[in-house]
Amino acid sequence: MTRKILSAIVGTAVLGLSAGTVSAATLDDVKAKGSVQCGVSQGLPGFSNADQDGNWTGLDVDFCRAVAAAVFGDASKVKYTPLSAKERFTALQSGDVDVLSRNTTWTMSRDTALGLNFSVVNYYDGQGFMVRKDMNINSALNLSGASICTNTGTTTELNVADYFRANKMEYELVAFEKADEVVAAYDAGRCDVYTTDQSGLYAQRLKLTDPGAHIVLPEIISKEPLGPVVRQGDDQWLNIIKWTHFAMLNAEELGVTSANVDEMKNGDNPSIKRLLGTEGEFGGAIGISNEWAYNVIKEVGNYAETFNRNVGPDTPLAISRGVNALWSNGGLQYGAPVR
Amino acid sequence: MALQDVSQDVGQPKVAIFNDPKIRGWVYQILLLAVIVYLVVVGVQNMFANLAAQNIASGFGFMGRNAGFAISQSLLPYDQAASSYGKVYMVGLLNTVSIAFIGVILATVFGFVIGIARLSNNFVVRSVATVYVEVFRNIPLLLHIFIWYFGVLRLLPHPRDSADLGLLGLLNNRGWFAPKPIPQELFFLTGAAFVIGIVVMLGISNWSRKRQMETGQQFPVFLTGMGLIFGLPFLVFVFTGLPLIFEYPVAGGFRPKGGMTIIPEFMALLLALSTYTAAFIAEIVRAGILAVDKGQTEASHALGLRNGPTLRLVVIPQAMRVIIPPLTSQYLNLTKNSSLAVAIAYPDLVSVFGGTALNQTGQAVEILGMTMLTYLGISLLTSAFMNWYNARVALVER
Repeated sequence: MTRKILSAIVGTAVLGLSAGTVSAATLDDVKAKGSVQCGVSQGLPGFSNADQDGNWTGLDVDFCRAVAAAVFGDASKVKYTPLSAKERFTALQSGDVDVLSRNTTWTMSRDTALGLNFSVVNYYDGQGFMVRKDMNINSALNLSGASICTNTGTTTELNVADYFRANKMEYELVAFEKADEVVAAYDAGRCDVYTTDQSGLYAQRLKLTDPGAHIVLPEIISKEPLGPVVRQGDDQWLNIIKWTHFAMLNAEELGVTSANVDEMKNGDNPSIKRLLGTEGEFGGAIGISNEWAYNVIKEVGNYAETFNRNVGPDTPLAISRGVNALWSNGGLQYGAPVR
Repeated sequence: MALQDVSQDVGQPKVAIFNDPKIRGWVYQILLLAVIVYLVVVGVQNMFANLAAQNIASGFGFMGRNAGFAISQSLLPYDQAASSYGKVYMVGLLNTVSIAFIGVILATVFGFVIGIARLSNNFVVRSVATVYVEVFRNIPLLLHIFIWYFGVLRLLPHPRDSADLGLLGLLNNRGWFAPKPIPQELFFLTGAAFVIGIVVMLGISNWSRKRQMETGQQFPVFLTGMGLIFGLPFLVFVFTGLPLIFEYPVAGGFRPKGGMTIIPEFMALLLALSTYTAAFIAEIVRAGILAVDKGQTEASHALGLRNGPTLRLVVIPQAMRVIIPPLTSQYLNLTKNSSLAVAIAYPDLVSVFGGTALNQTGQAVEILGMTMLTYLGISLLTSAFMNWYNARVALVER
């Protein structure tokens, strides 16, 4: 009997020690698993949305695919975990996902207190308001007393509070856990206003019974830099995420697309040669194949391609590049050079 | 008694301490306790070490920090500009307790009515009650909540053409804008009269029970009680000059102004929880009544008691003993199910504290721990109360 108890104590002690932190080398885990586990939204057209057959598409999904292409040379080696706003950080902290690519706003408290690192901004957004056309409201300053629907656990709740307080207006906040319920409640007339990031408003408007009967007000009340997030303490994985995004930006800047990447590879431009791995050993420095950027562009495309495919002017969302244009076109997207 | 004394005099044979069952028992209990304490300590230490290793903030410092978001229903004065996360917790807790408390009362009333209707001799009443129980019990609660919420929302008019309920205020899809009672200076006298009425009523019922035991004479306790509890305050209210005015809501703008608002999320959740739980309570009540032997009723009739007193004095007291334990677990279910509020934006504890506050602070361990302990506390209090009541009505064997 005594021996049994002793072994139980030893057993728990071992258990206690072995239940340590999530392994620091995410890249090794990912390679061992054979796929990138990517945290995405539960359905936001244009950013991460699954169709009837379970195929995910969107700007955030394309980013996951680009990471898989960089690591494995195969963009299909991604597994998706749909997460609510509430679940997303815990899922990343606990190691359930390797990267969170879920229209997540980069704020100082999130970057510093959660044990997470924000890497890059793959979409510059701002919070806006959507109302019914027949209310004849053309400015957010006329919204005093309105009922406002939004998601819980987002920066939008705080931004609305700040905006209404600063403008000495009253409001009623109705906060739901899932975006689909926000849409349903707004559609059913529970609220006068639907607020979230402007890109989200354009996307969710498509789900309303009559999208044409709603307008997005011109005011943008906050800065919402959205981008992929990783766990703190794994610089190698952080570098892979950062440089995957930069590679897509550099490709756009250099005119490399998924269609012409093979041709470009044999060209003479040294910048392109370095990017596509025919010169230098840049991939090896971050622990992946030297053709990482070639694979990203070949399989997923450059930044302009994924933007236009998912949210651009020819899609139902019809969002213009705006501040998401390249720096050389007056926007904010600026890829650090591969050198 | 004498026998016991003798056996003690004889004494037990001396045994080695190691083989003494009493000491052995203690040793094992202590060892088990030590293992459990050790496990908990190691687990908690491990958690804090890992949180620190991953640079995740921990501790309860956030409770004093400014929350800065709005809550649509608050029973406490809540100001988004100045209130702390501690206040958010209190607001969420009160919202949970209020929906659970009112829900329990409504579910009990519905449940008893339907449970008794299930045993009715009238075919229509019995069938309606059976259909109710089968339909409500066999559909998941979350669907009930969605049906009540989105169904009711779609039926209600836009605030611009609110339904005017006359004395009851306005109704639209922003909620029920009820008249708000504003007590005037002398209103406290009416309240005092109400309390006095209850106290006097309790005294009278004690006295009359005693007198009936001794002399067999009856006293109309119910009528006197009603008169004291409702009549007395009413008289005081009239004589002090009707010291209560109502602030009526006025339609206009995005939503009616003034009055008090009962948000649609509250109404939908309350209806869903109480109608759903009522179906289970109805079955418990039916089972309880059927558990009382038919002989009891017959014996009571044979003693000359009519149907009313038979039900009230013989059947129900015995049925309650069967009803109360499962009823307690239904009350606990209702309370815990109220956390489904999160699906329809009712600002309960899980939604505002376990949801928004968790996300703004990122301190999942502390916040979820507090939320879990709170539900545990509410449930233990509920079951302690029900156990006390159960002990009171339990069969006292003589």
